[in-house]
Amino acid sequence: MTAFLEVDDLSVSFPTEDGVVKAVSGSSFSVAQGRTLAVVGESGSGKSVTAQAIMGLLNRSFADISGRIVLDGTDLLTLDDDEVRRMRGSTMAMIFQDPLSSLHPFYRIGDQLSEAVRVHNKVSKSEARARAIEALERVGIPSPDKRVDDYPHQLSGGMRQRVMIAMALINSPSLLIADEPTTALDVTVQAQITELMSELQRATGTTLVIITHDLGVVADMADEVCVMYGGRVVEYAPVRDIYYAPQHPYTQGLLASVPRLATDRVDRLDPIPGNPPSLINLPSGCVFHPRCGHRAEVPGDRCRLEEPRLMSVATDHLVRCHLAEQGGAR
Amino acid sequence: MGAYVVRRVLIMVLLLLLLTLTVFVLFSLLPADVARLTCGKVCTDQTIELNRARLGLDKSIWEQYWIFLTGLFIGRTYGVGEGAIVCEAPCLGFSFTKTEPVLQLILDRLPATIFLALGAFVLFLIGGVAIGVYSALRRGRWQDKTVMGISLVGYSLPSFFIGLVVIYFVIIRWKVLPFPQYVQPWDDPVRFLQTMILPWLVLAVLYAAFYTRLTRSQMLETLNEDYIRTARAKGLPERVVVRKHALRAGLTPIVTAAGLDFAGLLGGAIILETIFSLPGLGSLAVSAVLDPDLAILVGVTLITAVFIIVANLVVDVLYAVIDPRVRPS
Repeated sequence: MTAFLEVDDLSVSFPTEDGVVKAVSGSSFSVAQGRTLAVVGESGSGKSVTAQAIMGLLNRSFADISGRIVLDGTDLLTLDDDEVRRMRGSTMAMIFQDPLSSLHPFYRIGDQLSEAVRVHNKVSKSEARARAIEALERVGIPSPDKRVDDYPHQLSGGMRQRVMIAMALINSPSLLIADEPTTALDVTVQAQITELMSELQRATGTTLVIITHDLGVVADMADEVCVMYGGRVVEYAPVRDIYYAPQHPYTQGLLASVPRLATDRVDRLDPIPGNPPSLINLPSGCVFHPRCGHRAEVPGDRCRLEEPRLMSVATDHLVRCHLAEQGGAR
Repeated sequence: MGAYVVRRVLIMVLLLLLLTLTVFVLFSLLPADVARLTCGKVCTDQTIELNRARLGLDKSIWEQYWIFLTGLFIGRTYGVGEGAIVCEAPCLGFSFTKTEPVLQLILDRLPATIFLALGAFVLFLIGGVAIGVYSALRRGRWQDKTVMGISLVGYSLPSFFIGLVVIYFVIIRWKVLPFPQYVQPWDDPVRFLQTMILPWLVLAVLYAAFYTRLTRSQMLETLNEDYIRTARAKGLPERVVVRKHALRAGLTPIVTAAGLDFAGLLGGAIILETIFSLPGLGSLAVSAVLDPDLAILVGVTLITAVFIIVANLVVDVLYAVIDPRVRPS
């Protein structure tokens, strides 16, 4: 499988007055064209920063970025700001968590959509408006020729997210990054939005990177899953492997903390003990070791002393854990 | 939108009625005896009583207010027969120290004040907003720190200090400009500009300092909004992101402050008008206090209040123009 998007040894850190925040440390993963990669992790695991780094949305004067982000053969980190800007919204697009705060409250949605068309294409205003209406129709907004003149506050949350999706897809990008696209929505609407995104992806062949902590969304949409913790990729595998053969104790913990209707109801949820690590003072060795229940199974206190490598345990299945070297955790 | 404006105008009329009543009652309660003040040097109890009757001060406050109100619409006459003084509608009162209707006095003084306010307003708004945006975009760097330092000084200095310093150096020491002498721009535009440039600049510096700081903090806030990230994610050039998306969103408080400041300036920049001897509403009010002439004070207060109320209305309508969320549906 050839990678369409390849993130290689990406590190992002923000120098602050309290110390250097190491948001992402040596992350690597890739997605093939037309596939869906889910990036999973808690808040502060580096998912969103990774997404913003890909989109070139991090201010290089506040963030130190190293590594490579190769999109369709081009290393985005070697391009200058204006070249990346031209790709944003045309080659690669992004939708965000909260559609209400992500749409400008003072402009009609039609104007916001047309603006996205006109910044990348030399078309007339009426042409751009026609394309805006067309895009609204494609994401299932009823009577789009009327809604196009609405302001964001006149739409429901689900409709707003549809507008965001329409805006992201209006220039037919080959890469779409969705940063927690359903988190801010009602549960009933969440299903509609994931359904819509899958449908549009099938129709357009767009490569999709979906950032989420909703493992239901992952099961519905993802082909591959990348689990992040403390700014690192701790496990990368096809979606079936993640659910049926998770190797990293953190991935296992995530799955154990999801409520299941099928199992016995007397079972309690099994949360991961402790809190996510501070990104300024990351734990030594394996970043997960202070919360890991399998520490004792690794001899010589290696979890505390030595950072594990991201190693292959099966086809397309990578894990960053000392246990994996010994044959996996149980 | 139309209905909204109509409703606001009706409320405004009510407010003005209430305001005139308050001002009128307040001034009537003052211990000064207007009848005596307008009596002149050789003054007998008899003339005082005659004056009192002529000015209508022998009637109750409510009657006086009614006469004042009707005077606005149909005019009024002070006294009867030969020596009667007619004040035509709209009559804001009659100044017996200047022997002119108050409205005429105000209209004579209005151009200087309006030109002063308008010129300063344009300068400080454009200057303040532009420098504020610049400063926000260079947050934390030396340009930002310099601008913030200078604006703090400008914000802190009293107008009479800057005014006098500027007059001393520019006019007296360096003789760059002639002594200020107000003429109407249509009579002598050059002289007009020579007179106005310094008070404009002094006012602009004083006010721009505030607008620089306000704009900067607004910009820093809106630049962090999610929709700014969306605008960038669309691939918009940074200048469009800043001007069209961030500045527009941060405009509301700037418009509020600007509207009220402009109205305040129209009420007369008392100190600067006095320093630069501009014949405006501010200096009229000062002379009315010194004389003292209550009719003028009531008139100037009312006019100033009208400016402020109208400015509030304009600001509220502008809100709705800027922010669709506050538009009445």
